[in-house]
Amino acid sequence: MARPDFSAIHGSAEFAELRRRFRAFVFPVSVLFFVWYLGYVLLAAYARGFMSHRLAGAVNVGLVLGLLQFASTIAITNAYLRYARSRLDPQVALIRARAGVK
Amino acid sequence: MASPVGSPALNTTIFAAFVVITLYVVYRVGNRNSSTSDYYAAGGTFTGPQNGIAITGDYLSAASFLGIAGAIAVHGYDGFLYSIGFLVAWLVALLLVAELVRNTGRFTMGDVLAYRMRQRPVRAAAATSTLVISFFYMLAQMAGAGGVVALLLGVHGKGGQAVVITVVGLVMIFYVLVGGMRGTTWVQIIKASILVTCAVLMTVFLLGKFGFDISALLDEAAGNNANGDRLLDPGGQYGRTPISKLDFISLSLALILGAAGLPHVLMRFYTVPNATEARRSVVWAVAAMSIFYAATLVIGYGSAALVGSETILASGGRENSAAPLLAYQIGGPLLLGIVAAVAFATILAVVAGLTITASASFAHDVYASIFRRGRTDPADEVRVARRTAVIIGGLAIAGGILANGQNVAFLVALAFAFAASANLSTLLYSLFWKRFSTSGTLWGMYGGLGSCLVLVLLSPVVSGAPTSIVHNVDFHLFPLSNPGIVSIPVSFLCGYLGTVLNRRDRADPARAAEMEVRSLTGIGA
Repeated sequence: MARPDFSAIHGSAEFAELRRRFRAFVFPVSVLFFVWYLGYVLLAAYARGFMSHRLAGAVNVGLVLGLLQFASTIAITNAYLRYARSRLDPQVALIRARAGVK
Repeated sequence: MASPVGSPALNTTIFAAFVVITLYVVYRVGNRNSSTSDYYAAGGTFTGPQNGIAITGDYLSAASFLGIAGAIAVHGYDGFLYSIGFLVAWLVALLLVAELVRNTGRFTMGDVLAYRMRQRPVRAAAATSTLVISFFYMLAQMAGAGGVVALLLGVHGKGGQAVVITVVGLVMIFYVLVGGMRGTTWVQIIKASILVTCAVLMTVFLLGKFGFDISALLDEAAGNNANGDRLLDPGGQYGRTPISKLDFISLSLALILGAAGLPHVLMRFYTVPNATEARRSVVWAVAAMSIFYAATLVIGYGSAALVGSETILASGGRENSAAPLLAYQIGGPLLLGIVAAVAFATILAVVAGLTITASASFAHDVYASIFRRGRTDPADEVRVARRTAVIIGGLAIAGGILANGQNVAFLVALAFAFAASANLSTLLYSLFWKRFSTSGTLWGMYGGLGSCLVLVLLSPVVSGAPTSIVHNVDFHLFPLSNPGIVSIPVSFLCGYLGTVLNRRDRADPARAAEMEVRSLTGIGA
């Protein structure tokens, strides 16, 4: 098989669009979950009173926020899966087809 | 020393059954084919879901199974914070690492880092980091094996424990030699399935016992713990002083940024055929681990409630015995036997994964690329990898025997700090920053590794605290046990400075373009 012309692909509008779509999702979402996680850790370390506040029975704010970390991790995983399927994979297929790679 | 709970004979039998089954599977799938792709990456033939479960198996070490449940049972909420860090870390792998690494490399982390750099120095750095991280991680697993042996098999003499550690090590070497990556992957899949199933069954049982009222379970846990209601609040383990709080933040950073830089995790992405399957791997791993870590919360508080912190701390394995004692309490000797077997299987499988990674890195990055400058045939490379695996296995056995009984649990957290400081920074720069150069890679890698090592040497882990490795001398200058909060920024800064300050060492724009195309589209992979 002939070597793909990487520089031509790199300069193409389709590739620029793929890169834009990829970065438009992963960069902001990475910042988001990192800040949310770090915020949670800082609360656990320095806002003990707030985290210990009882909400229902023995369930306190800390436990709920911790479980929300689980929930957000699953939600982000799910959102990325959908985004990749609808916005990234078709664009990759397009670029690969143009480049003659199956 | 407390006597073992349950029946050591039954525990041994169940573990032996696991070993026999996995040996059979490894023997069946392990072809004696000597291609590098087969040995290192199972020919890229696993599906995303299979690999996701195998990643779960590789990642859930004895520390996460016994350690977290125990930490929650004894210290309460702070143990839960571990679980969360371990889990959220997978978003880094999902969004920034898995697919790009799968598209860019073939077998090792060195493949990705050296893609557009000068091969030999970068591969040497990548192999150094891989070997250091794998060795630390492995030592922690093997040293923990002694404690598990004492607790579950009733073997208390150091000599007897050494024999058990040796047997475990030899079985592990057999997995790697005969099965290669394909066999090792199946061991991970079997182990992860049993581990997660076991955790879920215990959780459902516990919740059922408290009428699915989590609040009742928490109240009972608090009532049965020396900390009382504070068990449910953060700070039980890390909240004592400003330094311990900072240490906790440092640890959290290392956990979340380290997972995606662990060499044995990175290598798993090469066992699937393409980037889409790599993505599915992470999705399945996140699913399996969410269930597992949620279960450890219930198991941890459940053992606090039903077994009680005093009984746990009084037993031979201290915190590590929380989950086994709980299993005994709710399911008798049989469930304890299963949990014991899973704990052993966990050590065995994780060490096998580390061994194959370290041996691949040595054979592929050091031997084939540096010693032979790429002029080697695959059969030769696999031969070297197998020999390296035997040597590493031997070191793991020796290290496990020597470190037996030492408090080396910190080594896992340290391995994460190394991975976050040396590997993640350079991987991200290499994938996302066009100008990043060979000199930047070397600065980032050695800067991160070096600062980690120096800070640990000068920390209370080594000297100056009652729990330190060295007694009677105190040369600690750095107050934190985990270096991440300093070494991670140092590594990013070094990578940046190494790139911009060394103007003679320019990145090759054509190779950078090629790498970017390949990482996003998989063309050429």
